[in-house]
Amino acid sequence: MAKVAEELKNGQKETAGQNNVSLVALLQEVQERYNYLPEDVLRELAREKNLSLMEMYSVATFYKSFSLQPRGKHKVATCSGTACHVRGSEKVTEELSRVLGIKPGETSQDGAYSLETVNCLGACALAPLVVVDGEYHGNMTAARAAALIKEHLKKSRGLSAAELEQDVEKKAWEGCSCAILLAGNDKK
Amino acid sequence: MVNFKLNGLEVAVEKGTTLLEAARFYGIEIPTLCYDAGLSPYGACRLCLVEVGEPGKSRLVTSCTYPAREGLQVRTHSQWVVNTRKLIIELYLATCPSSKTIQDLASRYHVTGVRFRQKHEDCILCGLCIRYCSEQMQAKAIGFINRGEKRRISTPFERKAEECRFCGGCMYICPACQARCQGPEEKEAVCNACLNLSPPCLDRFNDAMCYLDPCVACEQGRKE
Repeated sequence: MAKVAEELKNGQKETAGQNNVSLVALLQEVQERYNYLPEDVLRELAREKNLSLMEMYSVATFYKSFSLQPRGKHKVATCSGTACHVRGSEKVTEELSRVLGIKPGETSQDGAYSLETVNCLGACALAPLVVVDGEYHGNMTAARAAALIKEHLKKSRGLSAAELEQDVEKKAWEGCSCAILLAGNDKK
Repeated sequence: MVNFKLNGLEVAVEKGTTLLEAARFYGIEIPTLCYDAGLSPYGACRLCLVEVGEPGKSRLVTSCTYPAREGLQVRTHSQWVVNTRKLIIELYLATCPSSKTIQDLASRYHVTGVRFRQKHEDCILCGLCIRYCSEQMQAKAIGFINRGEKRRISTPFERKAEECRFCGGCMYICPACQARCQGPEEKEAVCNACLNLSPPCLDRFNDAMCYLDPCVACEQGRKE
């Protein structure tokens, strides 16, 4: 871990003056590397570069694009900006949440997918928007978004269409509150 | 030196002096919550608002962060300023009625009721403790986290900060920490126990007739 700061320092050409670091740029670099901001890396960085950990934490919690929890390998984002909202992004988000088995802001257990809502992507003419790994998909409906993600799931997990359907149903059942209640009873 | 008009008076202060410092230097009282002479000004509490500019084109600015400028016209106790100040105190009362500092301000500036939905926060996000920790103690053990309505003060990763030396400065400087006299359970939002009697002379004259504080002699002549 001690190497981290050194490597990042070398990687940062223009932004890194030892005492005048652009904190946002630094955190972005960490996030790019680890997919999130791991606590031990931040602590190490603070020590190596003589930065305030508090300031880092402040900035990291201020911006929505920084995450302190591990995020999925594939990022799925739905836009919930005004235009997208009016054209039914809520339904799209719900459907994606059902297919992936995670709520917005969460990451799937295998660490493959994370789902989040963003406020505006600046492409309101294409509303509602879904972004999968940086690729924009416009004019989404619940059905089209589901098809899109299922296609992606099929490719990334190597499942057949039937297997996938089963998987989704199972996930939906797991996410149901009755399932939680049942599990609770089992423990008793 | 910078020459400007303070409540109609020609005054001169050194370059770089803020309007708040200038006003206090000339003996004019401006209330503050987030200001401390030993810390950098922050402009968060908005209590130190003053009116600057010519009448008709004037605006309200925070005097703690506004440096005096040549030829500026500043009014610290115009109707606009006083009413806004009272409104802000009222908002603080609605947020954090358990603070003695805020209750004292309410009494001092004759705020006797709260028209807003009552909350019971224990922090007004003035940032004094954070500035104290970083500027006076050089520790930076506490800071703001999150943003918007989720903004609050915490330590890195919300665990005990290694930098903290238990100096207690954050509590010493906090304007919300000291509980109001009747204790935290008091139901009434406004205490007003030490409501200063407003000098009745101001009803008849343009200026106060004496500078006794509190106005003892006025007690008999006080109108309800």
